Amino acid sequence: MTEISIQRKWCKSCGICVEFCPKKVFTVGELNEPIISTPDACTGCRLCELRCPEFAVIITEVEERSHE
Amino acid sequence: MAKIIPQATILEKYFVTSTLPTQWCPGCGAGGIGHAVLQAIERMQLDPKKVVLVSGIGCNGHFTRHLRLDDLHVLHGRAPAVATGLKMARPDLEIIVIQGDGDAASIGGNHLIHAARRNIGITTIVSNNYIYGRTGGQYSPTTPKKSISTSSPFGLEDPPFELCNLMVGAGATFVARGTSYHIIQLIDLVERAIKHPGFAFLEVIAPCPTSYGRKNPETGITGPQMLQWQKENSVSIKKAAHMSEESLRGKIVTGILLDRIEPEYSAAYAKVRQRAQKGGLA
Repeated sequence: MTEISIQRKWCKSCGICVEFCPKKVFTVGELNEPIISTPDACTGCRLCELRCPEFAVIITEVEERSHE
Repeated sequence: MAKIIPQATILEKYFVTSTLPTQWCPGCGAGGIGHAVLQAIERMQLDPKKVVLVSGIGCNGHFTRHLRLDDLHVLHGRAPAVATGLKMARPDLEIIVIQGDGDAASIGGNHLIHAARRNIGITTIVSNNYIYGRTGGQYSPTTPKKSISTSSPFGLEDPPFELCNLMVGAGATFVARGTSYHIIQLIDLVERAIKHPGFAFLEVIAPCPTSYGRKNPETGITGPQMLQWQKENSVSIKKAAHMSEESLRGKIVTGILLDRIEPEYSAAYAKVRQRAQKGGLA
């Protein structure tokens, strides 16, 4: 499982993460900003991290929570 | 596939995060080159104290100001010359030059070809976005024919430089081309270029939406559109070998175009110095 965070102070809403995410995790918000819409679909390929020109996307691997 | 290092690790180890955000326009290609350089440095486990970035003037040069690595921000176009001097004085350092196309091919064109001719052991990464971005969008020596720019408002008639071919002709021993879109390949290319013992040249096709894209919509207007254009117009060197010259027109051939081993200049010159210190001319 992964956790996605976007540094809003660094992001310039260029749309590269939205356009090239293989799983379409992001959608465009009202101000063109990327919204993390379907975080569960993220496979942790890190392409958004690498393509983000502003170093603003951070993906962290987290332990999967066990369902009781 | 080699492992991708998490961005959090890169940020913590290499960035002075208080200097962010960057001063680039939305969708700029300079950040992608930054990612590739840092991923390669981290993957190769280079000692950060032994890495020096030499940056030229222009948008790309401003990448180094965000980092904890040593850097030299030098006169316009003079980055390969300063890097040559640094390599001669400190051959133990890993020197990476980051320049734009205007800086490298026009203003510093002579320094670039002579660094290549000497086969000095530096890595030069040139971000080719087809335009002088920072100075207001004038055409550069790599701007394609018919392009509209602020200094060619009715279309450009100058044929562009083929930078990689120029470097092969000038005597570089490692020549490669990548794009911002193919970021995984770009990391590999940067790694190979750094590992190369002689002069390594890497051209990166990068988008400049603000100064080039807006005026030349056929290659895309926004950052994502320009990356999409790169994706659709790139051909790997392996595939290009089976393609006709006609079908390759306007395509970006990516991959390692040349890789050969020749004596490295600073090592060869050290021997000259030894001979001189022994005294006598013979």
